[in-house]
Order: sequence, then C-alpha cells, then structure tokens
Amino acid sequence: MSDTSFVRQEMLSEQPAPASSVGFLGWIKNNLFSTWFNSILTVIALGFVWYILAGVLPWTFLSVWNAGSLSECREIARQVWGESHGHACWAVINDRWIQLLFGFYPSHLYWRPILAFVLLGFALAPVLFPQSSRKLLILSGLYPFILPWLMWGGSIWSPIMALIGFVMGYLAIKNLSERIGQLGAIFSSIFAAFLWWLLIGPVFVDLLSANIPIALESVASRDFGGFVLALLIGIVAIVCSLPIGIILALGRQSDLIIVKAFSVAFIEFIRGVPLITLLFVASLLLNLFLPPGTEFDIILRVMIMVTLFSSAYMAEVIRGGLAALPKGQYEGADSLGLDYWQAQRLIIMPQALKVSIPGIVSTFIGLFKDTTLVSIIGLMDPLGLSQGIRANAEWNGIYWELFAFIALLFFVVCFSMSRYSMYLERKLQTDHR
Amino acid sequence: MKTSFVLGALTVAGLAAGAAAAGTLDDVKARGTLNCGVSTGLVGFAAPNASGEWEGFDVGLCRAVAAAVLGDSNAVEFIPTTGKTRFTALASGEVDLLARNTTWTFSRDVDLKFEFTGVNYYDGQGFMVPTELGVSSAKELDGATVCIQTGTTTELNLADFFRSNNMNYEPVPIETNAEAQQQYLAGACDVYTTDASGLAATRATFENPGAHVVLPEIISKEPLGPLVRHGDNNWGDIVRWTLNALITAEELGVTSANMAEMASGTNNPEINRLLGTEGTLGEMLGLDAEWAQRALAVGGNYGELFEANIGASTPIGLARGLNAQWKNGGLLYSPPFR
Repeated sequence: MSDTSFVRQEMLSEQPAPASSVGFLGWIKNNLFSTWFNSILTVIALGFVWYILAGVLPWTFLSVWNAGSLSECREIARQVWGESHGHACWAVINDRWIQLLFGFYPSHLYWRPILAFVLLGFALAPVLFPQSSRKLLILSGLYPFILPWLMWGGSIWSPIMALIGFVMGYLAIKNLSERIGQLGAIFSSIFAAFLWWLLIGPVFVDLLSANIPIALESVASRDFGGFVLALLIGIVAIVCSLPIGIILALGRQSDLIIVKAFSVAFIEFIRGVPLITLLFVASLLLNLFLPPGTEFDIILRVMIMVTLFSSAYMAEVIRGGLAALPKGQYEGADSLGLDYWQAQRLIIMPQALKVSIPGIVSTFIGLFKDTTLVSIIGLMDPLGLSQGIRANAEWNGIYWELFAFIALLFFVVCFSMSRYSMYLERKLQTDHR
Repeated sequence: MKTSFVLGALTVAGLAAGAAAAGTLDDVKARGTLNCGVSTGLVGFAAPNASGEWEGFDVGLCRAVAAAVLGDSNAVEFIPTTGKTRFTALASGEVDLLARNTTWTFSRDVDLKFEFTGVNYYDGQGFMVPTELGVSSAKELDGATVCIQTGTTTELNLADFFRSNNMNYEPVPIETNAEAQQQYLAGACDVYTTDASGLAATRATFENPGAHVVLPEIISKEPLGPLVRHGDNNWGDIVRWTLNALITAEELGVTSANMAEMASGTNNPEINRLLGTEGTLGEMLGLDAEWAQRALAVGGNYGELFEANIGASTPIGLARGLNAQWKNGGLLYSPPFR
C-alpha cells in the first residue's frame, strides 16, 4: 500500500557491549592484544614470566622447613620429591632466624630491642600521623635518650644527664638571646651543654649511680648484630641526618661566609667520597690515629659516619626544596617582620620540606639499605651473619635462602617507608594548585 | 715551623702511648677478657653456632689462651675481622691476638711489624675441578677459567704457578667462598682454587662430592698461625707456648680425659713440667703453674681440637697430613718444655 520506507518509531533498547570489548576478555583485548605487535610482546612476556615462576615457585614452596643441616635437607628432599633438584632449604632460616634478627644480643634481654622498636612506633606516631594524640610528643622527645639506654643498658643516670645537657642548652638560648643577641646565645648554649656533658654531668652520674643505682644489664656493642644492628644504625642515622641536613642546607644558602664555606666544603667532600671509604676510615684509620687503648665504640663510629654521609645527601635534597620556593615567600616573611629563624620555622621550612618529601624518603631508603655495607668492616649485620652461618659445618653450601630472607626483611621496611611517603604526599598535596 | 712542632709532639705522644700500652698481659688481666680476632666465618676454623657461641679450630686456640691467662675459656671477646680489617685491628690494639687463618709471610712478619707465634695449621693452595673434565694434574690446566678470591695470597700464587709453567688462564674474580661455590657449581669457571682445607670443606657441601676432584698439586706453602704485635715479647711468649703446650700434650699423650690423672704426678718429667707439677715454667711466663692444664682442659690437646673441628670425623674431613706430629711424618714439632 504505502511505499513509505520503514521509519523507526522508538529507540532501540540498549544492548550489552560485545563480549570481546568488555569485562575480562575486553580488558585483555584492549590491553594485551590490541595490535599484532602487542600480541607478540604479550606472548613473549608471558613466556618469560612463566619461565621465572616455573623456577622460583617450586623452589620456594616445595621446600624443606625442618632439618638440622643442609645434607639432612637434601636427604628429605630426595625422599619426598625424588631426584629432582631445586628445593629450597628453609630449615636454615628456621634454625637461625632469631640470630639473623638479633645477632649476638643476649637471649634473655631480647625484650629490650623489641620494646625499643615498639616504643619507636609510638614515638614516631605523632610525627607521622597528625591525628594521633599530641601527648605522645613527650615520648618522641624522650625517645633519643630511651633508645640507647634500652639497647646498651647501664645506669639510667647517663641518659638523664645527657637530657639535662640539652635542657641547659635550651635554657641558655632562651634567657640569653634577649641580652647578647641570637648568635651569641647559640654559642653560649652549645658551650653550656658541653660544659655539662663533659665536666659536671659525669660527676653527677657517678654520684647518683653510687647512691641510687637504677641500671639495666649492660650489653657490649660487639653483641649487636643481625637486623637489630641494621635497624639501629638506620634509625639513628635517619633521625640525626634530617636536622643536620636542614642546618647544612640553610648554611649553604647563608650569607655568612664562614658558615657557607664550611657547609659547602662538608657537603661536597662527603658526597664526593663513597660510603665504604668512610666506613673504612671509621674502622681502620681512626683506630690508628687514636692513642692505643682508646675505647671508641666501633658501632658508634659507624653510626657517626653513616649519619654524616646521609646528612650531606639530605642537605642537597632539602636545598632542592628551598630552591623550589618562590622568592615571594622569603620576601613575604621579611615583610611580616619575622626574624631569620621565625621565617624558617613558620614559612620556609614547612613548604620546603613538603616539596622534598619524596627525595627525603628515598634518601632514607637508600641509607637504610646502605647499612649492609658494614659487613665489609666485620660488623655482624644480617649479611655478615649470613657468612658466619654458612661457615658452620651443617649449613656450609647454603646460599640463596639466607639472601632471600634478608631481602624480605629489608623489603618490608623499605616498602613501608615508600608507602608512607606516598600517603604523606597525597595528604599534603605538594603540587601548587 | 709551628706545624712541624705539633707533628713532632704528636709523634712523641704516639710513641709514649705505644710504650705505655706495651703490657698486653696486664691489659688483658685488667680487662678480664681476651680480645681475639677471628674470621667472620670460615668453615671449621671460626663460626658462630645457633646460640651465638663461636666455635672452630682458631676459636679453640683463643679459648686456650684465655683459659691459660684468665682461667676462663669463656672470657674471650671474639672480634670478627675481614681479610681487609684484620691487620689494622691487631696493630691498633683492638685485638690482643689474631687467630684468623693468616698465612705467615716475610712481609707480614717484618714489614707489618707482627710476630707470628707459631703455626697451628699447615695449609697449601690446591685446585678443584669437575671429574668430567678429565684433568688429573694441575699441569693440564692451560687455558682454564679459574675462580679465585681477590686480594688474597692465593691470587698471587696462582699467577706465579701459571707463569712458571708457561700456561694461560682466565681469572673469574669472586669475593667470598660462598660465592665461589655458586660460581663453580654454575659452571662459571672450570677450576676453583683456594687453600686445600677450604677446598675439602667446599667439596664436602656439594650434593654430589664424587663429581669433583681435588688435584694432587699443592702450589704454595700456607703456614697459618696466630699472631700478635711486635714489641711485647712476653705476650708473644704466652701465645707461642700455649700453642706449643697443645702440640706437646698430644706428643706426650696428655689428653683432656687423662689430664687430671696425670696432673697428680707422672714418671715423665716433661709431662710434669708441662702440667706444672714440677719446675717453674708458668712463673717464667708470668702466669701460675697450672696455666697449661687450664689451656688443655678447654678443648683438649692439638689432636683433639683438630679432630673435633676439622678432622676426619667432621663433615670437613681433613686428614692430618702435614699437620701430624713429627713422629708420624708431619711437621708439628714443638720445642721442648724445659
């Protein structure tokens, strides 16, 4: 009748997308096999992953956990899986994990490093997470004195006297800066603190320890080892290097010629020298310079060197942050009538540190991993201990298992640091929007 | 002018300090512990066990000296040293005694100003090859790739050996023994060379020790011994004669088992002098009469120490070989206790 061609009257109902472009299959098609070249790459990559996993997974999971020696491990593996090779012998970790964690620390005192690291969590909480209780800041302030006391033991009065030295310095700066100006106050506070530490404090320590002996059992530095040693060196260096780094960074930008020259010389010298050289200086050269019989703790020497090393890097990272601030920020601070330290504290540093968070954290991570270098100068960090463990007749010949365990320990710590830095970046929104 | 004066003053101060610290024996007694430098880990010679106590052949010597001097074999602070740090540790006074399988060489004795107080293990550098290579003598190794630990005397010995035999080799430098084992087993090198004791210990850890053979040639002399600083002869004497006491005790048949019985007096005057029931040998050393008894009570005589740590009954399974008593065709020959 009518030659009108068909005209659709109503909308077609929505159809589901073709199976090849949505869901899992669609994802695969879009991401893995979108072109023939990508398909080839995908196949090659899958083959490679398969090749790696086929080696690693059976080795990791078809493994022996309970054995007294490597040969026993092999015997058990032979009984269970026949003559096939490639079974990990985790029995060595089972046997020695406590040693790898604590080194030679006396076993009845393991609670002390554990407590120290638990307290560290609480001490760091107010610094890391603003929502935590402000009262914990008291613990953060006291922690630098609690840590050595818990780790090394000895009389409680030494850390207390050390703390009082800082209080003296603070009082000096507070009372004198009105009268003799800021620079003079800084110098006299340093003088007061050292006067206390070197001359007056020791007298009090002797007096008080004799009369009110509150002491923990002493642990020699030589007994420190394993992951505790790595953490200890790492934490001390991380905590000390940040303030030193800030001071060096400011010093480098300072108008005072001597301060500037010193900062530049220090930073450039330390950064121009490999860490291992500094460690050799700490362990060998200092030994030869100091008069024979001087008891200058090797771990302390190493901590100082690692701290100096990382401060130099830290200073450059922070200087980067300072350089990223627009000049207007400095001028704004000046126009508000703030003095140098107020400007730094209230305006410059919060922004500069915010900008440098990724750099700071990656310096921390690098520093923490660098602590394994101390095995070269004969300290028993996890790597040094692994050599000692292999030197036992029962575990001689074991290799990857120890490295795998140590890698796991370091990965946990470094990965958490890296995650934390990402959380912080997101929270502080470091980009200038 | 001024600088040179300061430097001079420092030198004098250093010399004075050096002279003041000459009495190692007094230092050790005052401290109550012996600081003994050992290896960071060498199979059979020094290694920490699961409870963190050091064990091994070198460790046994440290404990014997501590027992002789301080009366307590546990009064030892074991200080792990690496091949690089060991000599500075001794020279700077960080350790009183270095018992770290160190080869006695001219330059170490003379130039580095140390005093080797004897030899507790006669070692020598050897070669290990896979059996399937079909090599039966080190002279057939021309063109081989060799795994070698860097910075040791073995590296120099290897070069000397190949040069004097007009052969070429390809070195594969490695850092530690554990790494060498991996490289060798993975086929990165045809030959692994280190001290024969180390080769035996390494071979014993292989899944299939029969597939590897240690070649008969020993290309170097490696007399390993304890050493102390130059200039404190009394302390050197104590270490030297503690080692000699262990060796002599084996020669005379004094063991940790029968020592108590022999200490009550025997017909053999030398045993009596050794154990302090006759003569005043201990007094001459600045110790008491029972010093050797205490040293022997720790791990027994030289033979017992050897058997317990590196001997045939251990996984390392070293034969006495050169380290047998001179009466049995070995090189152990202690001067008499007289």
